[in-house]
Amino acid sequence: MTTAERSKANPKTADFGASLTFDLSRPGRRGVLLPEPDVPQAELPEPRFLRSDLELPELSQNQVVRYFLGLSRLNYGVDTGFYPLGSCTMKYNPRVNEDVGRLPGFTLVHPLQPQATIQGALAVLHQLQSALAAITGMDSIGLAPAAGAQGELCGILMIKTYLEERGESDRRRKVLIPDSAHGTNPATAAMCGFEVVTIPSDRVGNTDMAALESALDDGVAAMMLTLPSTLGLFDPNIERIAETLHRHGALLYGDGANQNAFLGRARFGDLGFDVVHLNLHKTFSTPHGGGGPGAGPVCVKAKLAPYLPAPVVEADGDTYRLATPERSIGKTTAFHGSFGVLVRALTYIRSLGAEGLRAVSENAVINANYVLARLRGAYHLPYDHPCMHEVVFSGSRQRAKGVKTLDIAKRLIDYGFHPPTIYFPLIVDEALMVEPTESEGKEALDAFCEAMLAIAREAKEEPELVRGAPYQAPLRRLDEATAARRPYLRWRAPAQGESA
Amino acid sequence: MTSSAHPYIPNTDEDRRAMLDAIGVATADELFADIPPELRIEGLNLSPALPEQELVREMAALAGRNQVPGDGMACFLGAGAYRHFIPSVVGHVIGRSEFYTAYTPYQPEISQGTLQTMFELQSMTCELMAMDVANAGMYDGASALAEACLMACNITGRDRIAVLDSVNQDYAAVVRTYARGRGLTVDVVADGNLSAEHACLAVQHPNFFGCLEDVWSHEAAAHATGALLIAVADPISLGLLAPPGGYSADIAVAEGQSLGWPVGFGGPYLGLFACRQQYLRQMPGRIVGRTTDLDGRTGYVLTLQTREQHIRRERATSNICTSQQLVGLAAAVYLAAVGKHGLRQIAETCYHRAHYAAERIAALPGYSLAFPTPFFKEFTVRCPKPVEGIQELLLEQGIIGGLDVSERVENGMLLCVTEVNTREEIDRLIAALAEVNP
Repeated sequence: MTTAERSKANPKTADFGASLTFDLSRPGRRGVLLPEPDVPQAELPEPRFLRSDLELPELSQNQVVRYFLGLSRLNYGVDTGFYPLGSCTMKYNPRVNEDVGRLPGFTLVHPLQPQATIQGALAVLHQLQSALAAITGMDSIGLAPAAGAQGELCGILMIKTYLEERGESDRRRKVLIPDSAHGTNPATAAMCGFEVVTIPSDRVGNTDMAALESALDDGVAAMMLTLPSTLGLFDPNIERIAETLHRHGALLYGDGANQNAFLGRARFGDLGFDVVHLNLHKTFSTPHGGGGPGAGPVCVKAKLAPYLPAPVVEADGDTYRLATPERSIGKTTAFHGSFGVLVRALTYIRSLGAEGLRAVSENAVINANYVLARLRGAYHLPYDHPCMHEVVFSGSRQRAKGVKTLDIAKRLIDYGFHPPTIYFPLIVDEALMVEPTESEGKEALDAFCEAMLAIAREAKEEPELVRGAPYQAPLRRLDEATAARRPYLRWRAPAQGESA
Repeated sequence: MTSSAHPYIPNTDEDRRAMLDAIGVATADELFADIPPELRIEGLNLSPALPEQELVREMAALAGRNQVPGDGMACFLGAGAYRHFIPSVVGHVIGRSEFYTAYTPYQPEISQGTLQTMFELQSMTCELMAMDVANAGMYDGASALAEACLMACNITGRDRIAVLDSVNQDYAAVVRTYARGRGLTVDVVADGNLSAEHACLAVQHPNFFGCLEDVWSHEAAAHATGALLIAVADPISLGLLAPPGGYSADIAVAEGQSLGWPVGFGGPYLGLFACRQQYLRQMPGRIVGRTTDLDGRTGYVLTLQTREQHIRRERATSNICTSQQLVGLAAAVYLAAVGKHGLRQIAETCYHRAHYAAERIAALPGYSLAFPTPFFKEFTVRCPKPVEGIQELLLEQGIIGGLDVSERVENGMLLCVTEVNTREEIDRLIAALAEVNP
């Protein structure tokens, strides 16, 4: 059906975005009955402390439910279908995790309760610390960071503080970052006051060892390395990289966003990393929530353990307590981090167990290589080598025919799939980064590959069709240029005389 | 267990066989050939898989080891995490997996649910705070304050941050963590103690001890030295109290947990973040803008992304890469459900019940209010004995008492009363406190 037909078929939902809760509001409606004060009224503060107006919507309960249910239907999630968004590990979010995470014994705990009353919550944290130590081979785990980027912030601050205490921080002011890295890496290094030095990738996509050697001097504090890289490649020189950095007195930071690739097959600690952060919303199946919340535990070797962010959980027999490490970099959120996410991650780890986690990486890697094998003929493979959990194609052949990677992505929507990550990593022209995860079976991958092959054919035969996609989505392409040029960032009350 | 046996992994042995054939390798191990052989491990030292039934039993047993408010247990803790009533609609909406199994809306054509929600929250945050623009959410109130302080340093070109001494000390601690990276100095200051080197003054209102601040004098002090005024607000209080925009704050932040999200042992939460229009391009975090699609229909997109790490890398305004979207969704649904009058009613109920409790506690022998200033839903009492002992006595009677703030106020207890604390609970607290012998 064309868009015009869709609009005709369902005219009432054709411009859902035009009416916000504020526009649906009618004076006198309410969405929930609330308690009255039922105590003697106290005198209110003097008028200057009080507000005179508050523009919030007034809706009936049914309206609230219909409005947000309507919004939910405009979204595509992992539950809707295949979501091969590279570097994001969009795996299935097990339902039991949600049930466990929503147990009142967890959700109702106030973070400042006496420690004797929160032993169950502390036990969860302690068990997760132990499990992540076993998985990463690191000595100590800090669960406080609220997200991967905050885990990076903690890791780099710990390195900075460690160097300060060794009297080396004035000299070691540079952080080395591969050109394939996530944007958070350089942003984090800059937030921590370091100068970013970009290390190029070599011809086959690994760290250019000669460039690394020549960048290393006694002014380097650390290198931030994603393993496997965002090209989906496990750098076979990892031992040499670690050894080279350490020889120069620099530390090796691991971005663990791609831990899903080698769960149960190797451990960051054994590979020579000094500190690594994990993304529990990626590898450990906690929901991405539409863009958070996540959790970004930071895992360290013993020499960095005294600097972990606060709090950590210590055990004394069966009794647990919150503690602040001796030389902690401090707190990063008001309380103890993303507890609700941590509960779900522990539930996931316990559901899979040791063998199950190893099966995760095996299936994630087979799936990615299967997509690689099936699409190799149709899309350019800039790094033609067995991949780990994700494969990066280039849309350069299609681009030559006037069809951009963006067009391919939009056309995939019409075929019922969420597009892969596009235009990242930055070093791949017209990048299409596909991460199937272990959650998909062969037939789902086959369907996706058939769609990709069909689009490759369309790009040759009917490029206009691809360039105009999507046609089947709730909306067609949006005007992002105007959105940026004339920012319209909040609801405004219609002017007098104008209709709502 | 064979790997195909786990319900989260659909490939069968036959599937794997066929796929390995297509790939052109004999075994999966060959795909891991780049891992140096001496560094490979055979397995993890973890317990085996748990069937779902056992898993639920074990996790529920852990949950059961916590003593939680409800079922006869009253709780008067606040101090940054607030127990407020959560309407049923909130849980039902955020339980829609189209929302919670999606990710960052990079593909707006199939992410309008998330994007429009973000726009709703930005709009509601602006209305609540009476500020010009808001982002779609930060990690929590404390990290939002820290980011606001960094932003003020960027705007003013100054490298000292002033935090008023009545701001939650854990918030000040987070500011210190963030400031440490760029070598910024954080000064905890008393009233008006600002120099021309300060980029900002951060004021919490109502403050950590529950008191209303003289925000107008802080505003005058900050702006007199060219510093920005950063307000830390309680969003529930904004149903009743003058908003940050009303006292000329330049940046306003708040902990959004109170809006439809449980205290949940401290996280994940939601940082609300708003500022004046002129500082829009220095603002960290995700921002959604309204636009149109090819057919002219209204739609929403991530915008002004050149501030963000994935575009600007080391020159980004922050490394943040989330909007705590699900918590933000809960806040938007909450505000839509309670509406303008509901928020006022909740705020007033908190206010009147807190005052009812405070007046009666202060009238008990040996107790007094620590501060003479007006307060909202929290207040600090001086107790006749060390707070720790009182907390234990209260706990024996099924009451989780207030926070021990004796480091700041001698025998001080910070109590929080909201609409979820019934009059009966409050009376029980008063009676229990009365039993403490001075």
